Amino acid sequence: MIKKTVDNVQDALDGVHDGMTFMLGGFGLSGIPENAISELVRLNLKNLTCISNNAGVDDFGLGLLLRKKQIDKMISSYVGENAEFERQMLSGELDVELTPQGTLAAKCQAAQQGFPAIFTPAGYGTEVAEGKETREFDGKMYVLEEAYKADFAFVKAWKGDEAGNLIFKGTARNFNPLMCGAAKVTVVEVEELVKPGELDPNQIHIPGIFVQRIFQGKDYEKRIEKRTVRSK
Amino acid sequence: MLDKEGIAKRIAKEVKDGFYVNLGIGIPTLVANFVRDDIQVEFQSENGILGMGPFPFEGEEDADLINAGKQTITALPGASFFDSAMSFGMIRGKHVDLTILGAMEVAENGDIANWKIPGKMVKGMGGAMDLVASAENIIVAMMHTNRAGESKLLKRCSLPLTGVGCVTKIVTNLAVLEVTDKGFKLLERAPGISVQEIRDATEGTLIVEGDIPEMQLN
Repeated sequence: MIKKTVDNVQDALDGVHDGMTFMLGGFGLSGIPENAISELVRLNLKNLTCISNNAGVDDFGLGLLLRKKQIDKMISSYVGENAEFERQMLSGELDVELTPQGTLAAKCQAAQQGFPAIFTPAGYGTEVAEGKETREFDGKMYVLEEAYKADFAFVKAWKGDEAGNLIFKGTARNFNPLMCGAAKVTVVEVEELVKPGELDPNQIHIPGIFVQRIFQGKDYEKRIEKRTVRSK
Repeated sequence: MLDKEGIAKRIAKEVKDGFYVNLGIGIPTLVANFVRDDIQVEFQSENGILGMGPFPFEGEEDADLINAGKQTITALPGASFFDSAMSFGMIRGKHVDLTILGAMEVAENGDIANWKIPGKMVKGMGGAMDLVASAENIIVAMMHTNRAGESKLLKRCSLPLTGVGCVTKIVTNLAVLEVTDKGFKLLERAPGISVQEIRDATEGTLIVEGDIPEMQLN
């Protein structure tokens, strides 16, 4: 077994610096790497490019970095839950590359799996495809989208072992597995770090080969963005 | 004239036995409440679940179990979870039978705009561009006119497009319409609404052939 564990979030983020490009897992606030985000806020890195489906809310998730103007550019599919984000974008302080959600997923997966680019029908004929190569296959038009290039991927998993094998929970899985191995360094935080052998190899979602560093996360808030219930 | 629930009720009749269905945010989400319970249907949410169930009971909410609108949900027996690439693989690969989504504008050639008002509202397209580019059976659920009273069924969209030539059917508070080569073909009227009222509220070409029946909601 090749051990991937590091002691804490400080060690996990060793090597990050201003101007880097990060991938961050999560959909809304579900499955976001809370510990890594807190550390990025504490380190006060600047001029960052962040690839993440959403941008958090004003006071949680990536919203914490936006509030401190740490991010120069966001690559996301939907940013509607964050008023500060919308303000910075409309005022031109923040560069934003809005990307269809399935394309964003595919561009992460392409980086993970060694494809330089993929063809997708999403966005053909819209401003998203402007300036991009298009091609016809079987009578339908597709847009060429290149794989992302990132320095670090910050991933949140439910359980992981010391070898970096990961299991995700519910819809907190989302973009997290696709970002593993899609950046130069993949850093994973887990709710439960276990010894090798404790996870059933049949149940592993992501093998440890895609992970460079794994650590036991702490103090998870796991905030719910829209609490909706029904009465009994 | 229908309210939002009425639109959802009418669209629910388009959901057939054995369908996998993707519901967008807003009126489409309500459709799940009105689907017949004697047919087998599974709802897909693009953030990674098939077999989405109703909202949880109070105290049973789970931050790791939400829908594409970030609302807490439940998973029904037989449900499955998956990552975002597989989710859009289902959509792009045409494994999802029906897509229901909202729109700001629809053009008579099937173009749709629902993600951006330049300089004003920029929330992003989320999964909408992937859905409209791939799905073959797309129903748009929307009000016939905007808050200013202007038609949302146009000759050409004025807002940035989400997809080109993709919408097949539209259900509004006034009518059910099909997108054809020649324009919007009127299929049904909402209860109490005349063909003239629909004509007045439609900027794009409206095709009216013969008697137009009233919608059946139940």
